[in-house]
Amino acid sequence: MSQFLEALIRGLGTGSVYALLALGFVIIYKATRVISFAQPAFMLTGAVLTSYLVPAMGFVLFTGLSFLLSVTTAALLTGALALVIERVAVRPMVGKAVFTIAIITLGIDIAVRVVVNGYIGIGARPIGFPWGIDTIELLGLSIQIRHLVMMGTVVVVGLALYAFFQKSPFGLAMRAAAFDQEAAMTQGVSVGSVFATSWALAGALAAIAGSLLATSAGVDRQLWVIALVALPAIILGGLDSLEGAVIGGLAVGVVEALVSTYQRDYAPWLGDNAATVAPYALMLVVLLARPYGLFGTPEVRRV
Amino acid sequence: MSTKVTGRPAFFQSYGQELALFNTRPKKVGVALVVLVAVLGPFFLQDPLLRTLSLAFVFAIGALGLNMVTGLAGQVSLGHAFFVGIGAYTAAAISGDPDARTIGFGVQEMWVWLPAAGIVAALFGVLVAPIATRLRGLYLAIVTLGLVFLGEHVFREWSSLTGGAGVGRSAADPVLFGFDFSQSSSDSSFTGPQQLYSLMLALLLVFALAARNIGRSKVGRSFAAVRDRDMAAEMMGIDLPRAKTLAFALSSFYAGCAGALLYTISGFFDPGSFSLLLSVQFIAMVLIGGAGTVGGTIAGALFVSLLPTLSRELPRFLTFLSSSPAETPNVFQVEQILYGLLIVVFLLFEPRGLYGIWVRLRTYWKSWPFSY
Repeated sequence: MSQFLEALIRGLGTGSVYALLALGFVIIYKATRVISFAQPAFMLTGAVLTSYLVPAMGFVLFTGLSFLLSVTTAALLTGALALVIERVAVRPMVGKAVFTIAIITLGIDIAVRVVVNGYIGIGARPIGFPWGIDTIELLGLSIQIRHLVMMGTVVVVGLALYAFFQKSPFGLAMRAAAFDQEAAMTQGVSVGSVFATSWALAGALAAIAGSLLATSAGVDRQLWVIALVALPAIILGGLDSLEGAVIGGLAVGVVEALVSTYQRDYAPWLGDNAATVAPYALMLVVLLARPYGLFGTPEVRRV
Repeated sequence: MSTKVTGRPAFFQSYGQELALFNTRPKKVGVALVVLVAVLGPFFLQDPLLRTLSLAFVFAIGALGLNMVTGLAGQVSLGHAFFVGIGAYTAAAISGDPDARTIGFGVQEMWVWLPAAGIVAALFGVLVAPIATRLRGLYLAIVTLGLVFLGEHVFREWSSLTGGAGVGRSAADPVLFGFDFSQSSSDSSFTGPQQLYSLMLALLLVFALAARNIGRSKVGRSFAAVRDRDMAAEMMGIDLPRAKTLAFALSSFYAGCAGALLYTISGFFDPGSFSLLLSVQFIAMVLIGGAGTVGGTIAGALFVSLLPTLSRELPRFLTFLSSSPAETPNVFQVEQILYGLLIVVFLLFEPRGLYGIWVRLRTYWKSWPFSY
């Protein structure tokens, strides 16, 4: 039982990070109807920035506080980078086929990642997370502190996003633009700044996620692949549902953790590391039953 | 069927004329010239370049397959690498040495393993189709992306077939009726790369001709109708699931054949080869070349495959670039950035790709001096 609960908490921890990434994908999708394949690059950028910022912020009193400050700064910088890239490479394509724009983001991803890789070096860069993979005992379970931090982050970020979208005027404008772009424009919403904000938000979220993911083993060149696990998460939740993104992310994290805990005993023929591809298998199964995910809006076809 | 009016190359009097394999004389002459130059290649090119070119021809076969599903039928597939991998392992298993560490059935003849690789890949394409036909656009892109990851995992773990990650296995040998194209035999005056180049060129011509014929047949035109507006296509009596399944099957067949051939040149491959990067390379070929066109796709495949060779030459002109992978900035980084940037730049400025540039040039000279 305690093995199950520990796996569950581990899954909810990494699932929180997937939820952050999935939120980024969904925010961009809702605003622009495009899936941005550039998210892995932003995630890597954020993690690398954090790994450089933490030592530079050594003057702050607690190590925990300096990590927090570094991640925040990295998120802001990555958001700014996303803003620039959106303006230069994506905005000129508004109105073109979504597939074309998606492939453009794929190209951006490759280009940005190569530049960022240059700052990582060959091995893994430590990220300066104060607790590393230390565990604490809680109700008889040993839990890694970083998983608690991850869960805390998704709660804080989730509440902040909720407040932004529901309470602030610009959040309302973004929801309006996502609902009907032309109608929003006639009401004076600047759709261009909605696009830009969505990219900046997604970039910042990816940066936070990247920094949290790198807390165990540091930043290496393979880290970006994990960002793609958010894709099954958003498919599970449905492309245009923020709640779905969080639930999908958590579900993917839990499934991954459970598979990695139990697969060796019950299905060894699946091979090592079957957990890393479990989200994709889960996605295929869900799509067979519900082509628009669990919480997505079914596409209405009008003749 | 009426005759063509002389001096009016773009004036068609019947539907059949416009749909002909070479509907204008310049096209016929142009293709003949290109083929002639390609056939003469082994006589004036060095072996290393021939090797690169034969690889490029095989990539072109794979890209033609992706072009069929993405360019012609408009279904975004990021899973091409998966089907290429299936083809490569089918061929390697059929022709492999039965006594080796990895599975092998010892049937070395190419006319067995090449179609078999294509058919097995096509079967997987049909298996995927029930999911794929229910989804549209980006959902489909993500699902096919998932296929690549699942495939990579299976290839990595099934080490009795694939040799395992980081180890790999030997690929199929290009043996046709007892003649091994990769080895220079005593009674042949050609070197191995020259023979391989000729073989791959011949195969590319066959596959390209087939792709062009599929494109102008009823099936291909139904694909184009699905791409342009699926609902309208359905109204015109096209069975949508059937058309999409067929597109996936044909595309996977091409991918399987390309996979089978791809590693005969190096003779060896590793399960890590079939990653997302390979899929992106194929997409880059189709998009840079010109989606939906056979000539453009082949040009794109040649361009993308020759990119590494071209960027290796860069340090000679740009002295700040290093040719060693340990220093920054080096040519390998430039090469990868070029992939990404070329995709972005082409989509931003010339969405029809190299083919579009050609069309623009052609229009300029055709309408000269009134070209504006």
